[in-house]
Amino acid sequence: MKIILFLAVISLLVAGGFLMAFLWAVRNGQYEDDYTPSIRILFEDNFKHTQKND
Amino acid sequence: MLTLERATPQQSVQTGCCTHCGEEIPNEDFQLDGQLFCCQGCMMVFQILQENGLSNFYDIDPKAAFSLKGQSKETFEYLDDPDVRKKFIDFSDGKMARVHFSLPQIHCASCVWLLEQLGRLDERVYRSQVNFLRKEVHITFDEKRLPLSKLATLLSRIGYKPLIRLADTTTTKVATDRSLAIKIGVTGFLFGNIMLFSFPEYLGLEVGADTLLKKYFSYFNLILGLPLLLFSGWSYLQSAYLGLKQRQLNIDLPISIGILALFGRSAFEILSQSGAGYFDSLAGLLFFLLLGKWFQQRTYHQLSFDRDYKSYFPLAATLIRPNGTEQVALDRLDTGDRVLVRSGELIPADGILGKGAARIDYSFVTGESDPVEVAEGAEVFAGGRQTGAAIEVVLTKKTDQSYLIQLWNEKVFTHKGDSLRMGRLADQAGRSFTILILLIAFSTLAFWLWTNPALAMDAFTAVLIIACPCAVALAIPFTFGNVLRLLARKGIVLKNTDSLEALQSVTHIVFDKTGTLTEKQKGEVVFTTELTEESRSWIRSLVHHSAHPKSRKIEIQMGAGKRLEVVDFRELTGKGIEGIIDGHKIQIGSSTFTNQPKEQEGTHVCIDGQLLGSFQTRSIIREGLGELLSSLRTDHKISLLSGDDEREADRFRALFGTEAQLLFRRNPTEKLRFIERLQAKGEVVLMVGDGLNDAGALKQADVGLVVTDDSNDFTPAADVIAKGHELTALARVIRYARASRKLVYAAFGIALLYNLVGLSYAVQALLSPVVAAILMPLSSLTIVLFGVGASSLLAYRMIKISSEINKSHK
Repeated sequence: MKIILFLAVISLLVAGGFLMAFLWAVRNGQYEDDYTPSIRILFEDNFKHTQKND
Repeated sequence: MLTLERATPQQSVQTGCCTHCGEEIPNEDFQLDGQLFCCQGCMMVFQILQENGLSNFYDIDPKAAFSLKGQSKETFEYLDDPDVRKKFIDFSDGKMARVHFSLPQIHCASCVWLLEQLGRLDERVYRSQVNFLRKEVHITFDEKRLPLSKLATLLSRIGYKPLIRLADTTTTKVATDRSLAIKIGVTGFLFGNIMLFSFPEYLGLEVGADTLLKKYFSYFNLILGLPLLLFSGWSYLQSAYLGLKQRQLNIDLPISIGILALFGRSAFEILSQSGAGYFDSLAGLLFFLLLGKWFQQRTYHQLSFDRDYKSYFPLAATLIRPNGTEQVALDRLDTGDRVLVRSGELIPADGILGKGAARIDYSFVTGESDPVEVAEGAEVFAGGRQTGAAIEVVLTKKTDQSYLIQLWNEKVFTHKGDSLRMGRLADQAGRSFTILILLIAFSTLAFWLWTNPALAMDAFTAVLIIACPCAVALAIPFTFGNVLRLLARKGIVLKNTDSLEALQSVTHIVFDKTGTLTEKQKGEVVFTTELTEESRSWIRSLVHHSAHPKSRKIEIQMGAGKRLEVVDFRELTGKGIEGIIDGHKIQIGSSTFTNQPKEQEGTHVCIDGQLLGSFQTRSIIREGLGELLSSLRTDHKISLLSGDDEREADRFRALFGTEAQLLFRRNPTEKLRFIERLQAKGEVVLMVGDGLNDAGALKQADVGLVVTDDSNDFTPAADVIAKGHELTALARVIRYARASRKLVYAAFGIALLYNLVGLSYAVQALLSPVVAAILMPLSSLTIVLFGVGASSLLAYRMIKISSEINKSHK
């Protein structure tokens, strides 16, 4: 039975890790703009063809 | 939507449209690499993009570019003033600085792309990031080498002129409130894990070593339960305590009683090892409550509800110095300064017209619909917009002491706090619930103390737990929150649920005229007398030869018909046109041109020197207004409150009916007083307005509704912002808002049923943690689904909003 208790503590720690990740993301402003990234992801970075040689 | 179809800009020569913006090209003055442009600005943007390998701009969205015609050149020098600069910079470490600008021009994917490539146009820009919904760009740049003014100039050179307003420097930067999101995250974490540790209890594991497991797991729950009380639920306890201190029973009080009963009993059970506790119920309750709060609070950051005159005035004005002009921040202007006001610009402060022909549009600040012509040496007032050529104004007052700004010294603007006079529905419900719960709980306690004291505490706490009106507390945020979202989709955005509750009880609706009932910047011309078919065709033939906007309007008004030959046609710019038709000399133009007395307003028509009549511009009344007003009249009193003169009184009397009050020539303060008087009579007033002149009335009214045709435009502080063309839906919207209140009552009924079931267990001291753990989330979920579902269905029925429309509109 001790192994279950041990696992319970481990699972709590893992969950705590995700909680920390979430808190970091909120404080970092990751949820501030949920629209622009959906536009941004569609851009192709194809400057190499059009850029003048510099 | 992104269209990745290639719309190469090579087609301008064939199509006759500008390569950059796609608008029609008036002449072939602007050419570059065989491409045609409509103006210098467009050509420059095209050139900059070509040189920097950014012509992808045209591929991402073919309709990306917009015309730069008429955009005035601003140098933004005032941004380099250390005081002004400090207020704009978000972050600075001496080498690198971060700043954000509001760019209302942002409208498509190409805009995002181009603005985020800013570093390719100027190496001193390190990083730029666009927030599409807020129409903002955040730029990190080398502050040693790139002055802020140059950065703003760079943006306006590629067509995105930053919108810089006086308010930007005076309001303190508010950090976005993230505490609710964090609370929900933490509570969700606690909820999940407490449920996990409650499994032995759910499964009924009772034998052998499992009891040890149960014991430890319940201790885990107790540890996780502490932050539940001290972090997640703390704000409820606080609010209930504050309410009690002010001798008010709010909705948070019965909730707090529930939270405390749940926590106290659970902690006692675990510490005394007499049970497993109800921490899972407590976590679930708080999680749903916080979700409800979030659902209700979702804001529409594109819109600002709290603007004052400072958001209307620009940050700087053009000061005339002996050796040229200079852009100076508005708060640095002093009396005696001479400022240049170009066409389309605002007069920054009260003053005297020094030079030039002023034709000032005060419609936004006073409600007068026609521009006023001012002679040199006469007074001009802050907030008016110059419509003619550039003028010079000698200031006599500072901006914040100007005549029309005085309104903001009224006490409605300085008094902060609750505008809701009726009290919130939730708090009314909270009051009755607190009394009811305590009544039942104490009778239960008394009953058991008399019959079986051992069970008394059990039954007492069980009643407090199960009767916790969480379902009631959820019904309002979820139902009303959903109503707000649906209305916003329709183009009517409410500030919060308090505004919705106020809207439900409106009894009197007051309308402003100019810009609210009539459409701004659109007018039709009407002739003062009846025209014969002959004179009609003479006028039509003559104006056909002129490109002046007024001539175009008159031609449309004259309708289709035959055109006669015009001999000796002459057009005198700014005066009028003349010509000979059928041997008659026809003149159309201003009073000086047609030799009429100067007081005569309008565009006069003279035939052989005889005045036939004149054209007057008349405002266009919004479409569907007649139906709206007659529909509103059945349930409400309506009034008209205008800053304009009585000229159009008859027209509005017909629309408003005989009983309505129509008041004209009311200044902003009088408008405010009018609303006050109505409220003193016990009316709940909805003010519908648009301009600065309505600002006081909008603020004083129980609900202030602002009509705007462009959400980028300035709107005074209000509770509701509605798109102009949606105003006609107002009657249906009010009816829908009222119906949503009935939905909340129905949800209360459902909650009560659940509570009765739970209570029947609780008063018998039979409530087990499992029953509570099932019953409480189940009732919450039912309420949430009912509230959201029924309000959506009703919205579809009553105002024809389906969940699909306008999603792409975001």
